[in-house]
Amino acid sequence: MHIEIDEISKQFGTTAALHPVSLALPSGALVALLGPSGSGKTTLLRILGGLEFPTSGRVLFDGQDATGVTVQERRAGFVFQSYALFRHMTVFDNIAYGLNARPRATRPQKAEIARRVTKLLDLIQLPDIGSRYPSQLSGGQRQRVALARALAIEPRMLLLDEPFGALDAKVRRELRQGLRDIHDTTGLTTVFVTHDQEEAMELADLVVVMSMGRIEQIGKPQDIRARPATPFVRTFITA
Amino acid sequence: MSDVSLVRTPPRFRSATGESAGTRWALIAVAFTGLAILVFAPLIAVFVVALADGVAASLESLASRDARDAIRLTLTIAAISVPLNAAFGIAAAWFITKFDFRGKAFLITLIDLPFSVSPVVAGLCIVLMFGANSALGGWLVANGFPIVFAMPGIILATMFVTFPFVARELIPVMIEQGRAEEEAGLTLGASGWRVFWTVTLPNIRWALLYGVLLCNARAMGEFGAVAVVSGKIRGQTATMPTTIEMLYQEYLSVAAFSLAAVLALLALVTLLLKTALEIRHADQLAATHRP
Ligand SMILES: Nc1ncnc2c1ncn2[C@@H]1O[C@H](COP(=O)(O)OP(=O)(O)OP(=O)(O)O)[C@@H](O)[C@H]1O
Ligand SMILES: [Mg+2]
Repeated sequence: MHIEIDEISKQFGTTAALHPVSLALPSGALVALLGPSGSGKTTLLRILGGLEFPTSGRVLFDGQDATGVTVQERRAGFVFQSYALFRHMTVFDNIAYGLNARPRATRPQKAEIARRVTKLLDLIQLPDIGSRYPSQLSGGQRQRVALARALAIEPRMLLLDEPFGALDAKVRRELRQGLRDIHDTTGLTTVFVTHDQEEAMELADLVVVMSMGRIEQIGKPQDIRARPATPFVRTFITA
Repeated sequence: MSDVSLVRTPPRFRSATGESAGTRWALIAVAFTGLAILVFAPLIAVFVVALADGVAASLESLASRDARDAIRLTLTIAAISVPLNAAFGIAAAWFITKFDFRGKAFLITLIDLPFSVSPVVAGLCIVLMFGANSALGGWLVANGFPIVFAMPGIILATMFVTFPFVARELIPVMIEQGRAEEEAGLTLGASGWRVFWTVTLPNIRWALLYGVLLCNARAMGEFGAVAVVSGKIRGQTATMPTTIEMLYQEYLSVAAFSLAAVLALLALVTLLLKTALEIRHADQLAATHRP
């Protein structure tokens, strides 16, 4: 799905989290929102997912104005920074949550839900953990379960907030490849937030560099490396 | 040889929080003595006096009309005010923890108000507001719906006094859990109502249970506020605590203490219920806590 952000701004009381920003994300792209802490990455991602509403501006999905569309109707697969798995449910029930929440008319049969959950567990290469609780998983496993749960609703896009934030270097590398693979097989437009420039450069097709609520530069990793548009970008990507 | 001696005398590590054995025992002794003097001894005394004239006399006093009416009234009051307060408590805690708004700190203080206001004062406020001498109370009495010296007044007084219990238990738990799980539920397509039933409520169920049990114990035992608003009319508005006090004032100690023993037993059953639930769901409790 093609995503367009048209002059979006966001104000929290007196602080401006986003000055008007505009951005077009081509369908099927893997996009990194890169920037230091407090630059507005999470805010922009939450606006895309419908968890936050912009103070001004529009969001367009495939050319349709989606600014007022509710979070439920956006069908955005959202992976939260701390994963936000339902702690009182097994992994299986976590992944099945979105399907069970559908209205009866569109809700799959129980057996069909089980089949899809099993398929997703295979996709994240954790076929045997369906009966465990989130507290019984490692950080990397939790991250993959959160990804499977987001994919279960057959989302129109995938939004991830610092998906590799709290993990060690080796697991990060594995999961990066995992996200790349899942992106390539599903073909979903995917936006992930990171403050790690290496991660953004390595993984993304398109990098959006942000600072203090503004977009500093948008471009392919190699273009940003070769031609930083502002002094900020130059220092940030060499840091 | 040196290896052997190393094995035989391993270095002794003390855990960071480790007190010496003497201190530990002294603390345990103090705690138990305190419990024994302040909690167990009075509890046992109640049962001893209740059974002073034998079990038969005690049971006979409980079978009297006044005692049965009081027990029925107290259970009815608890059955009405506890669920209502549970609902209000959940709503208040939800509102306070899931939304940002001005005056939040003030609202939290307001919830605590019943803890700091004397129950007698609370009772008097209800009498002033709804008594036959007030405009509102006069109108209600004229329309056959008296509040003061009737069941609604007792329920109001009980609810006022026990209001903080549920909300107080829930607020810290809900603050600690944050909003992320609810937001996750919403992004997965669930309605706010569904998220509340399938995510919020299961996550707070233990805190809710504790709050409800405490609220219930207090609701059955409330004396001050109820004494003021109820008028203590025997057979009509006399609850268990107020009846106990009246019997005691009339030197009917077996009757007074028998009823007191029933009240104490009700509280003990509540506590046992809580412990039993904890034991039964120990694994679940452990699994659903954040590591
Ligand atoms: N709910 C909120 N209320 C008030 N201010 C907020 C809120 N959310 C974000 N902000 C502010 O908006 C600005 C941008 O925050 P945002 O969370 O989008 O940054 P970020 O780029 O994701 O940072 P990080 O890398 O630390 O997660 C910050 O100054 C932050 O303090
Ligand atoms: Mg962030």
